[in-house]
Amino acid sequence: MPAPPCASCHAARAALRRPLSGQALCGACFCAAFEAEVLHTVLAGRLLPPGAVVAVGASGGKDSTVLAHVLRALAPRLGISLQLVAVDEGIGGYRDAALAAVRRQAARWELPLTVVAYEDLFGGWTMDAVARSTAGSGRSRSCCTFCGVLRRRALEEGARRVGATHIVTGHNADDMAETVLMNFLRGDAGRLARGGGLGSPGEGGALPRCRPLQFASQKEVVLYAHFRRLDYFSEECVYAPEAFRGHARDLLKRLEAARPSAVLDLVHSAERLALAPAARPPRPGACSRCGALASRTLCQACALLDGLNRGRPRLAIGKGRRGLDEEATPGTPGDPARPPASKAVPTF
Amino acid sequence: MCQVGEDYGERAPGEPPPAPRPSREQKCVKCKEAQPVVVIRAGDAFCRDCFKAFYVHKFRAMLGKNRLIFPGEKVLLAWSGGPSSSSMVWQVLEGLSQDSAKRLRFVAGVIFVDERAPGVLTVALRSATREKPLPKGKWPTPHSSTRKHRPAERGLEGFSQVEVALQPALPGSSLSLDSFCLGFSEGAACGQSLEERSKTLAEVKPILQATGFPWHVVALEEVFSLPPSVLWCSAQEPVGSEGAYKAAVDSFLQQQHVLGAGGGPGPTQGEEQPPQPPLDPQNLARPPTPAQTEALSQLFCSVRTLTAKEELLQTLRTHLILHMARAHGYSKVMTGDSCTRLAIKLMTNLALGRGAFLAWDTGFSDERHGDVVVVRPMRDHTLKEVAFYNRLFSVPSVFTPAVDTKAPEKASIHRLMEAFILRLQTQFPSTVSTVYRTSEKLVKGPRDGPAAGDSGPRCLLCMCALDVDAADSATAFGAQTSSHLSQMQSPIPLTETRTPPGPCCSPGVGWAQRCGQGACRREDPQTCIEEQLCYSCRVNMKDLPSLDPLPPYILAEAQLRTHRAWGLQEIRDCLIEDSDDEAGQS
Repeated sequence: MPAPPCASCHAARAALRRPLSGQALCGACFCAAFEAEVLHTVLAGRLLPPGAVVAVGASGGKDSTVLAHVLRALAPRLGISLQLVAVDEGIGGYRDAALAAVRRQAARWELPLTVVAYEDLFGGWTMDAVARSTAGSGRSRSCCTFCGVLRRRALEEGARRVGATHIVTGHNADDMAETVLMNFLRGDAGRLARGGGLGSPGEGGALPRCRPLQFASQKEVVLYAHFRRLDYFSEECVYAPEAFRGHARDLLKRLEAARPSAVLDLVHSAERLALAPAARPPRPGACSRCGALASRTLCQACALLDGLNRGRPRLAIGKGRRGLDEEATPGTPGDPARPPASKAVPTF
Repeated sequence: MCQVGEDYGERAPGEPPPAPRPSREQKCVKCKEAQPVVVIRAGDAFCRDCFKAFYVHKFRAMLGKNRLIFPGEKVLLAWSGGPSSSSMVWQVLEGLSQDSAKRLRFVAGVIFVDERAPGVLTVALRSATREKPLPKGKWPTPHSSTRKHRPAERGLEGFSQVEVALQPALPGSSLSLDSFCLGFSEGAACGQSLEERSKTLAEVKPILQATGFPWHVVALEEVFSLPPSVLWCSAQEPVGSEGAYKAAVDSFLQQQHVLGAGGGPGPTQGEEQPPQPPLDPQNLARPPTPAQTEALSQLFCSVRTLTAKEELLQTLRTHLILHMARAHGYSKVMTGDSCTRLAIKLMTNLALGRGAFLAWDTGFSDERHGDVVVVRPMRDHTLKEVAFYNRLFSVPSVFTPAVDTKAPEKASIHRLMEAFILRLQTQFPSTVSTVYRTSEKLVKGPRDGPAAGDSGPRCLLCMCALDVDAADSATAFGAQTSSHLSQMQSPIPLTETRTPPGPCCSPGVGWAQRCGQGACRREDPQTCIEEQLCYSCRVNMKDLPSLDPLPPYILAEAQLRTHRAWGLQEIRDCLIEDSDDEAGQS
C-alpha cells in the first residue's frame, strides 16, 4: 500500500505520523514543524532574549543532542550563542561513553565544550563512591537523589565558568509528566508548588533556566533525532532501575496508550496546581557555604555532601535534617567549602 | 523510598524500636483487654468495640471538624449501593438514632440513581448474579467481583448472605422523619436487560425502606427532562463564621429543649414502620419511557472511549442528583468516597487535565454549584476499614455493576490508575495516605493571581472556572492548539497582546482579536460548545463524534450562553465599566 503524501508539502511521500495529531508528514516537513514549535515555545515564553550566552546541559543522550541541534539551527534567528557544558558524574562504564559522544558532537557542530567533573567540584566524591557509601543502609540507595542535586550544582558551576547568562536542559514533556506524577505519589508538596512552569527565572544570583523542549513528547524527540541522523548515546544509566521514577514512567506509558494526549494533559495539570501557601517552599536565599541558591541555610548540595563526608549519607534525605550542623567547621576532609578564590562568587 | 523525606532504613537515635507483629497473646492496642479481631495498618490490632469506636469517631470528627452542616439542615445521601456509601448511610442512621447529646443534628434523605438502561453495553457483563435463591428475611451483601483482585480485601470475598438487623426507626424526635433514600442504580449505562434492572431495584428497595429515611429512586434517563437551570451556578451562600455555627447550634439545642419539655414524645408509629405511604408513589419515579432509554443508549454508544464514557456518566449523575436535591430542598449532598477512592480519583484527574480543580474534586466540600454543597464525610476511611466494618457489623449493600466493571486494565485511564495505585500500595504501604495528605494541601483557586471566582466564565459541564489559556501561549494548551495551526502551514501568529485568556464565546470581557469574526462561529455549534468547556471536558468531548445525542438541557444552555455572549459583544461599547483601567481585564 503506497504511503500517503505529506500533509504539508503535498509533494514528498509521508514517512511518519505525528503521535498526537496523527498527521502524516515527510521527514523534512516534520523536522521543520518540530523546530517551529520549539521556536514558538522560546519566543512566546520569552525564554532566551537576544544576546544571551546559552549553556546547554549536554549529556550525550537524545534529549540534549536534539536540543543542541535545534538551538544551533535557531541561533541566528534568536540571536544567541551556544556553549556546551557536560557533567562527568564519575559513573564508570556509562559516563565515559556518553562523554565521548558529546565530544564528537562538539567537534561536528564546532561548539565550545566544557566538562565539569564531580570529582573536582565535590571533594573527590564520584557517583560510584556515593553509591558505595549509601549501599549499606538496607533500603534503596537513593543514587538519583544525590546525582540530580549535584548535577544541577555542577551545571551551574560549568555555566559560570564559560560566562553563560542562561542554562537550558533537554527535559521533554514526558519528563515533566513523570515528574508531576512522581511528586504526587511521594507527597513532595514543595516541588509540586515550584514545578510546572517554564523553568526558573533565576533568583538570588542563580542563572535562569528553561526547557525549550518542554512541550515536545519523547516520541517526537526520537523521531527528530532519527530524521536528522543525529549521533547520540542511548544507554540507560546503571543506577536507573533503582529509581522511583521508573514507576511513574511505566504508568505514563500505559496512560499514553489509553489516551495519546495524556502527556500534555499532565503537563497542563502541573501548570495549574494550586498549593496552600504553607506548603510552598520559602523564598530562596543563599547557601552559607557556597553561596548558591538555597531555601535553607545550606543548599541541598552542601547538605548532601555534608552527610556523605560524615559517613551518614542519608542525613540530608530524611525529614527535618536532624543532626545537620548548619555551621560545620572548615578544614574537615573533603570539605566542599574551599577557599573562595578558586570559585566565582555570585553577585546578587 | 516512596515518600520523600521518609527514612525507612534509619531511625534517629532514641526512638523506640517498631512495634512487633501482633502475636496470639496480643491484646487490643486501645483497650488492652479484649482479643483483637482486626488489624488496621501495620501492627494496630483492634478489638471489635474499639474498632467500631475508632471508625465512628473518624466519621464524626470529619463532620465536626469542618462545621459545614448546620443543625436542622436537610442532607441528601447519595447511595450507590456500594460498600462505602452503604457504610456512610449506616453511620448517618446510627448517628441520628443516638441519645440526644451525641445525636447528629441534620435531617437525612437517600437517593439512588438507576443507571441501567439496556442496550448500552460497554463490557459484556452478565455476572455477579447469585445462583441460589435467598432465604426470606435476609438481605444479601454482594460479592464484589470487581474488588476481588484488590489485595486489601482478599480475605473478605467469601461472605454472601448476612442477616441484617432492622434498625429501629428514629426514636421520638420532634424533627420530621424526612429522610429520602435516594439510591443510584446505573443500569442504563451498563447494559443490563429490563429484568435484571427490575431485579436490582427489587433488591434496592427493601434496604432503602429499612433505613427509615425518605428515599428516591431516579432513573438516569431523567437527564433528558432536566431543565437548563441545573447548569446555573446559583449565588453562593456565604460561609458562616465560627461564631455563626456555634450560635446556630446553641439556638437549635434550646429549641430542642423547649420542644422536648412541651410536646410529648415523637410519633410512636415511626418506630413500627417507615412513615412513607403517601410519598411512596412519588418516590419511585415512573419508569423511564422507551424513547428516553433509547436516547441514553444512543448517547453512550456513540462515545468512543471508556474514559470519556465514565466522565460523561459522572457528569450526568452529578447533574441529576443536584436537580433532585434542589427540587426537594436539600442544601447538602453527601457522597461516600473513601480515602482510597479519593486518592485514585486525584491521580486520575491529574492525568485527565483537571489539575486546576483537584481541590474541588477531592476535598471535603465542593461548593462549585452554589446553593448545594457536596460533602465527603468518608474521606478519612480507607477502603479496607470500610470493608472490615461492613463485614463485622453487617451493613447491607447491593452490588451494582458499573460502567467499567470487568473492563480490562488498559481500557480507561480510571482503570489504569486504580490498578497502578493499588499495586504500588502493596509495595509502598503509605502510598494512599501520602496522596491523601498531599491533597489536603491543595487550595481552591487559581495558582497565581487573584481568584477569578464568580466573575470568570464557568465550564458548561463541570461548572468549574475555565482553565484554558490563549491559543498561542507557552503552555501545554498553547502547544496543542498551535500545533493545529502549524498543520495549516500558516505562520504562527506571535501576538504580543495582553488580552487575558478566555474562550471566544464566553460571556466576559477580554475577547481575543480573532473573535472579531464572531459570525463565523454560528455555523459551527460544536466549536461553540467546546469553547465553553474547561480543558479536560474539551478533551473528553473529542471522543464524542457528534454532540447531538447530548441531553437537551446541555445543548440549550450552550446556545443560551453563546447568544448572551454575542449580545454582550454588540452592546459592549455602550456599557459603562467600573473604571477604564479595568476594562479588558477579567
